[in-house]
Amino acid sequence: MRRPPYGPVLAALALALLVAIVLAVGVGAVAIPPDRVLATLLGSGDPAETAIILSLRLPRVLGAALVGAALAAAGALLQGLLRNPLADPYVLGTSAGASIGAVIGLLVAGAAGFFVVPGLAFVGAILAIVIVWQLARVGPETSVVTLLLAGVVFSSFAGAIVTFFLVMSDRLQLRLATVLGWLMGGISIVTWGQLAVSAALVAVALGVAVAIAWRLDALSLGEEAAAQLGVDVEAVKRSVVAVAALLTAAAVSIAGLVAFVGLVAPHATRLVVGPAHARLVPAAALAGAVFVVMADLVARVVLAPSELPMGVISGLVGGPFFFALLWRHRAAYRL
Amino acid sequence: MTVVEARSLHAGYPGHDVLDGVDLSVRSGERVALIGPNGAGKTTLLRALAGTLRPARGQVLLDGVPVTAFRPRDRARRIAVVPQLFTTPFAFTAREVATLGRTPYVGAFGRPSSADRAAVVRAMSRTDSLSVADRRFSELSGGERQRVVVAMALAQEPDVLLLDEPTVHLDPAHQRALLSLIGDLASELGILAIAVLHDLNLAATMCDRIVVLAAGTIVADGRPADVLDAGTVARVFGAGLDVGLRDGVPFVLPLRTR
Repeated sequence: MRRPPYGPVLAALALALLVAIVLAVGVGAVAIPPDRVLATLLGSGDPAETAIILSLRLPRVLGAALVGAALAAAGALLQGLLRNPLADPYVLGTSAGASIGAVIGLLVAGAAGFFVVPGLAFVGAILAIVIVWQLARVGPETSVVTLLLAGVVFSSFAGAIVTFFLVMSDRLQLRLATVLGWLMGGISIVTWGQLAVSAALVAVALGVAVAIAWRLDALSLGEEAAAQLGVDVEAVKRSVVAVAALLTAAAVSIAGLVAFVGLVAPHATRLVVGPAHARLVPAAALAGAVFVVMADLVARVVLAPSELPMGVISGLVGGPFFFALLWRHRAAYRL
Repeated sequence: MTVVEARSLHAGYPGHDVLDGVDLSVRSGERVALIGPNGAGKTTLLRALAGTLRPARGQVLLDGVPVTAFRPRDRARRIAVVPQLFTTPFAFTAREVATLGRTPYVGAFGRPSSADRAAVVRAMSRTDSLSVADRRFSELSGGERQRVVVAMALAQEPDVLLLDEPTVHLDPAHQRALLSLIGDLASELGILAIAVLHDLNLAATMCDRIVVLAAGTIVADGRPADVLDAGTVARVFGAGLDVGLRDGVPFVLPLRTR
């Protein structure tokens, strides 16, 4: 099995991301052609277009890129940890757990809570991973069916809590439509401050992920095999859970519940660069960023001038993909 | 010279000792078969010797030092294990799997160095698995896969090689080939090899020492011809087996049922 060289693949993905960002920034009520977008980004654009791009379009597009990168990396890490190609922060209920934290953060801190929201989302995401994983764990093995069930049940439970908070709150200063759009995976709440916080979180998480990538490869041979190779299995598992929760929290703070990005991007990437996590995680992050930026672009143009939440598009693409995976693996999982 | 010792070793699961006082000493170059009926504690003993299962009482010593006192990385540079069942859900190539044997040598942000790559190539060529290096591990035949796993263990450059039923999915020719490879490693590299085996004839033919485990204790230990006599075989495995001698090597056959 020959794989294409890694460097050029990574460069091609980075270039694709740049192209997607320029395209997405140009699309909107006022169309801005790519050459003028580039001119603005390089600091020599028309003042009116610069204002539109810097205050509205660019934060949103970069937010979409961060969401995609974070969810794809989280998916790749969770799949490695659980030795299961069907794991993904949305399916496992991690995103739903993070959304409880994020909604509480929005209620207590208002729209400016760009530290509080990801912080509480992180707590919710960790709790969700731990609860769902413990439920699905039988000795050293994790049952796929129980894992999916536990994820679904936890997501519904978390959804009920979120709805309760939204309905009960008198302090809800945000427009309900905005919050609902956010919950459905709309990239609607993006400020430069929030972007900076999320970008820092994602960067730190990706760094840690690459640092533990080799040990995660060893862990995908099974816990006993990894221990025999000298890996501190519990420490690696704790790190992966923390990093995946951090990534999910960063994504949920920006775009609420986005389905399947963490499933589609790592899968597609693994086919090209192979399963070794040191290569997979950065490449999947880039691929996820491209996917979400393009999904958000489509969401904005398909019913223009009104907008769909980006999560609708990623769900429409990711859902059939997930079904295809289940279909292919159904014998192995006795579904 | 490497010595692995178990001293009045008790180990198992919380509230239940599978091993009930095992004393054993093995030196480099020895090829030891660990045999015994199902549930005798063979895998438990192997895990305790490997240092991944902490003894309830007693200890396992590697050159006089308790294996549990080693840092996991340092332990994995001395002791390698070939597990019974080996699967990965991802499409790692055979070379990638073998390269994971370098885990105890690479650091954080680890990338295999040229020395690591060279060690992997040496290990794969020793086990005759270089020809499948770039194929998917999960698509290899049982025999090819087992050679890759042994290559992974050799890439650890260990002094001690512990094998848990390494021949279980192999046909007789591959069983013999694998054990003969382990034997060569023991005599050429001075590796101390202990293999759990179910096939008594394979143990008698391919190993120079047989340790018999029954109900968590060692009931016989010595050269195949001394250990595999009719009395011991009947006592440990029950009636229904016939023991004979061919060219000085014992063999065990099931008695025909009527």
